[in-house]
Amino acid sequence: MKEFMFLFRLPYQVDDSEVTPEKMQELGKKWNDWVGDIAAQGKVVNAGPRLESTGKVLKQRGVVTDGPFVEVREMLGGFLRIKADSLEEATTLAHGCPAIDQGGSVEIRPVYAQH
Amino acid sequence: MMSNEAGIISTLFREEFAKMVAVISKRYGLQYIETAEDIVSETFLTATESWNQKGIPPNPVAWLYTVAKQKTLHHFRRNKILTDKVIPQLQTGQETAIEMADVTFSTRHIKDSQLQMLFAVCNAAIASEAQISLALRILCGFRIEEIAEAFLTNKEAINKRLFRAKERLRTEKINMEFPPDSEISDRLDNALHIIYLLFNEGYYSKTQNQILRKELCYEAMRLGVLLIENEHTNMPKTNALMALMCFHASRFKARQTDEADFVLYENQDESDWDNDLIRQGMYFLHCSAAGDEITSYHLEAKIAYCHCTKADTNEKWEEVLQLYNQLLLVNYSPAVALNRTYALYKANGKEEALREAKKLNLANNHFYFVLLGELYKDVDNKKATENFQRALALAKTDTEKKIILKRMQT
Repeated sequence: MKEFMFLFRLPYQVDDSEVTPEKMQELGKKWNDWVGDIAAQGKVVNAGPRLESTGKVLKQRGVVTDGPFVEVREMLGGFLRIKADSLEEATTLAHGCPAIDQGGSVEIRPVYAQH
Repeated sequence: MMSNEAGIISTLFREEFAKMVAVISKRYGLQYIETAEDIVSETFLTATESWNQKGIPPNPVAWLYTVAKQKTLHHFRRNKILTDKVIPQLQTGQETAIEMADVTFSTRHIKDSQLQMLFAVCNAAIASEAQISLALRILCGFRIEEIAEAFLTNKEAINKRLFRAKERLRTEKINMEFPPDSEISDRLDNALHIIYLLFNEGYYSKTQNQILRKELCYEAMRLGVLLIENEHTNMPKTNALMALMCFHASRFKARQTDEADFVLYENQDESDWDNDLIRQGMYFLHCSAAGDEITSYHLEAKIAYCHCTKADTNEKWEEVLQLYNQLLLVNYSPAVALNRTYALYKANGKEEALREAKKLNLANNHFYFVLLGELYKDVDNKKATENFQRALALAKTDTEKKIILKRMQT
């Protein structure tokens, strides 16, 4: 089995104060169940940390900006390290990821094998 | 009156063997662990002979300690003369490890010695299967034939395991000592893991001997209490493990077989649950909620606690599902994956559970097919029967087969 990294990109939201606790809980459940589905198959290597939506970006010539981080539209929300036989299988596992429902995306990247 | 004496000696053996072996080994060193076992066994032999003739003394425990002490001093004194004569470089007058100072059986000293023995046995240098046998023998005072029965093997195999484990104690130069503060949390992880395995060995044991199974579980709990009583080892994770064991043990009476939890649970009669143990478990669970480490014991204890309310509500199963989701990330096992899928069914419905169950691919696990059979019921009864039949073909014991047949018919 090879290792892959799922990178979750979410729509950049400056103000999430309007999200109700119920909505947050519902979203949390969706994420947990989705990760649980993969974990039940014994394919999670490591559940990465969730990232807060604040932070800074350091660029050339020491330019520091507050987010957004990658592009205007998206930010990195978190990671998940999984194992699968191929990139195709890893992509299949990524289906159903709540990030997609939230208008975001999942980037699936093979991890360099360590020797 | 023979049987009365035999009964008392048998109980005392379980309670006192480990204590005396720990104290003697602490005094003379772990390299003499076999000598310590021999001395204690001889003490019990003497007790059997003497008590059969003269009756049980007023304080049998004190009697045992006195005789064990005499035998210990006698052995090591004789041994000292031999070593002194045989090994000339041992100068007389020089203090050696083997000298004739006192052997103390005070409550405090017994506890300290047992705790140090627990850390010595739960050393990562010993293979875990041998470790469990050694723990059962040295920490819990089980007889070789009992350990063999628990593992469904013979005495020779267990003796070999014990021999190898003790050899490791010697070659790795493991001492009886309390780990330094900087190592205690890691070393405790090993000890907790062994206690957890001991408990599971009883709870999910291969043997049908119900008394032996219960004793295995209670011994594991006793070792847990030993760690709770010491301020250095009384950590949140220790309490989490204790809580888990209490909740499981509360269902001893209600539990008839060794089937996986998800199959069994619905059939339990909750009036058989032991409420005192549930209350104790709640106390330990409360104590475990400190610090920032969430161990698999925390999650398993919470799941077990959820199962202490029989109400079949969606909220309960939702909580159980989320706990299993977390547990899978900390500690994946096929059993956890199966129980999680059952919780998924109870919380999110059959359709979703079936879809995920099909991805599990646990083709040699009969519980897997029991679960599939259960999920296909009323959805596709033909497939349900097929899966139950596959489970039947894979089941190893008659009890397992009986339960599967029962599930098929309900």
